[in-house]
Amino acid sequence: MGIEQKLGTMGVVTHRLEDLVNWGRTNAMWPILFGLACCAIEMMGSQASNYDASRFGMELNRPSPRQSDLMIVAGRVSRKMAPVVRRLYDQMAAPKWVIAMGDCASCGGIFNNYAIVQGVDEIVPVDVYVAGCPPRPEALINGIMTLHEKIRGEKLKDWA
Amino acid sequence: MLSTGSDTIQELTVEELRAKVGTGMEIANEEEHLLLSMGPQHPSTHGVLRLLVELDGETVVNLAPDIGFLHTGIEKSMESKTFTKALVMTDRMDYLSPMSNNLGYILAVEKLIGIEAPPRAQAIRVILAELQRVASHLVWLGTHALDLAAMSVFLYCFREREYILDLFEMVSGQRMMVSYFRPGGVWRDLPEEFIPAVRHFLDFFPARLADYEALLTNNPIFLNRAKGVGIISRDDAVSLGLTGPSLRASGVQWDIRKTQPYSGYEQYEFDVPVRTDGDVYSRYQCRIEEFHQSLRILQQALDKLPDGPVNASDRKYVPPPRAELGRSMEAVIHHFKLWTEGFKAPEGFVYQSVESPRGEFACYLRGDGGSKPARVHFRAPSYVNLASLPKMAKNLFMADLVAIIGSIDIVLGEIDR
Amino acid sequence: MDRDQFVVEKINAAIPDAIEEILDFRGERTIFIHQPHIKAVCQFMRDDADLQYNFLSDICADDMLPDFPRFAVNYHLYSIPNNHRLRLRVRVEDPDEGPETMGTIWTIATWLEMEVWDLMGVRFRGNTSLRRLFLPEDWQGHPLRKDYPLGYEDVQFSFNWETIDAKKPYAKE
Repeated sequence: MGIEQKLGTMGVVTHRLEDLVNWGRTNAMWPILFGLACCAIEMMGSQASNYDASRFGMELNRPSPRQSDLMIVAGRVSRKMAPVVRRLYDQMAAPKWVIAMGDCASCGGIFNNYAIVQGVDEIVPVDVYVAGCPPRPEALINGIMTLHEKIRGEKLKDWA
Repeated sequence: MLSTGSDTIQELTVEELRAKVGTGMEIANEEEHLLLSMGPQHPSTHGVLRLLVELDGETVVNLAPDIGFLHTGIEKSMESKTFTKALVMTDRMDYLSPMSNNLGYILAVEKLIGIEAPPRAQAIRVILAELQRVASHLVWLGTHALDLAAMSVFLYCFREREYILDLFEMVSGQRMMVSYFRPGGVWRDLPEEFIPAVRHFLDFFPARLADYEALLTNNPIFLNRAKGVGIISRDDAVSLGLTGPSLRASGVQWDIRKTQPYSGYEQYEFDVPVRTDGDVYSRYQCRIEEFHQSLRILQQALDKLPDGPVNASDRKYVPPPRAELGRSMEAVIHHFKLWTEGFKAPEGFVYQSVESPRGEFACYLRGDGGSKPARVHFRAPSYVNLASLPKMAKNLFMADLVAIIGSIDIVLGEIDR
Repeated sequence: MDRDQFVVEKINAAIPDAIEEILDFRGERTIFIHQPHIKAVCQFMRDDADLQYNFLSDICADDMLPDFPRFAVNYHLYSIPNNHRLRLRVRVEDPDEGPETMGTIWTIATWLEMEVWDLMGVRFRGNTSLRRLFLPEDWQGHPLRKDYPLGYEDVQFSFNWETIDAKKPYAKE
């Protein structure tokens, strides 16, 4: 309270740096353009005309992992793909988050067999799981909102 | 040393290409060729396709597809489920046209056990399969245009696609993975608001289609990227097993809906669009024309939609309606048997092909007397169509490769299964 | 004359002893061919002016365990000019000594045989590009064989949550 009274009408707003940084991180989140299977089509749907995920600051999908901070694992991850997913995750610049979209990415879904990794959390640390086979675009957007909430509560030193 | 004169896939294996990567500098000095790994994470490979491309400057000299990044073991998994339960797996193969996959599999099951769906169910199947064709081609059009840097077409196409997905949700409760066709019929009858909704779609869609064509058909940028690119001759196309619109763009008039009609396609009047140039633009024209033909079939199917039951009456294969369970002990027994053990199929094997939006989708099904399929195999059109990519892309620019991948309309879920 | 029967007679006239057995099931004709003759039969069926099976739809293999011969390979042929489908089936005793490749007859056969070899392990003689296609390079075995396990993992429910969770390899940063 003290500093505002001293500054008067100088147009300065005080805020916790942590909140400010987290606000910036949530509202300009760039997902990596990385579709695996069926869920990728719903991911495209959520970014196309009817659902328009750019309302939430996700204007563009970046094809390069270096430019993105959110990985939406949209679809089943096969044993052959698993090293690639991990490598893409490693290439992303911190801070970075992962959404496991759909049942297959969350837990293997209906494909409980030799070829599919039973949950992408065996390869990359997952922040939010979105259920559904495939989840509706609304569900994905809800998952992104949930992730935003989580980020708002993060400490700066978490990523330091 | 380097085999640069090949035009088929087998002449340069991934191992050979990898071996070249290991000694890259040496070869680059000798022959000045560059090896490029395109994918599996690449915006224009439509999924997780990986292409190993050998480049001379910017010209594609050789090309080997490396697939399997989405291998799901669907054929193996289906062997461990009953015939009805295995149905949900087929949706997730070609995830842009689950209805066509369902139809191919269900027709094979019906052929194997020897039952037939009643006329109303068959007409419903035709309506939904054609709606699916329109939806699938819309995704193709949107992503193909996106690859060629026309962003707005994508947004328009997805707007119309959402309408079709709403129709699917109306009948089946799911937007994409419908599993609506069942052995002997469909899950339930159409809700009453479905027919007016499809008629509304038929009213507004032709004008929207004209919009897409206005954006692309005479667009000089699109024409420059599409005309004369990725040519495949008629004989090569047949020998490489190309099917669907990609084959018809090379001048072969072959559509399974016409030559070997299933589900009552013989009752409907429609044309099979054919072009003779065999390039990206012809494939584009064929698919655009198929939109119009699908609308024609939809119109006729709605007009002629017969009344009657939507499921066969054979209780050994088709579960009884829910209302009967309270009244009849026999219905309870059938219900229990069908949902726990499943029906038994005779020994033997069948092969049923349908015309999916991408080409000939076929299901080979072997029964061994038990209630689970002994072997399921799918002839996936995308998998076979991918084999013509090296032939089409040879001696073209790298940028043309992107246009060609878009034009053969592959779905990786179906390639890898 | 029935087209199915016509084809059989043509094959019998051209390549005697090739046909092992004929099977009709649900209106589909299957012609069992002895393995050494399969290439000659396919070549004949594509080139003969009356048959013209110019389109190879599919090749798929079957594991008939516990029967012997254990493997069978199906060739689904289609004739675009005559609008006729037919299945040739070859019984394969030793998967390492499979049928000859059809790559010189229909170009696509090479590509289809690669799938068969990867998933079922039937080797096609003369096909030099058989390799791991769908599975990682270092994969052992052929998953579609009947003696290959499905690879099922226990599903986590509320009653066994903790026992499975303790073993689950969660990824670290």
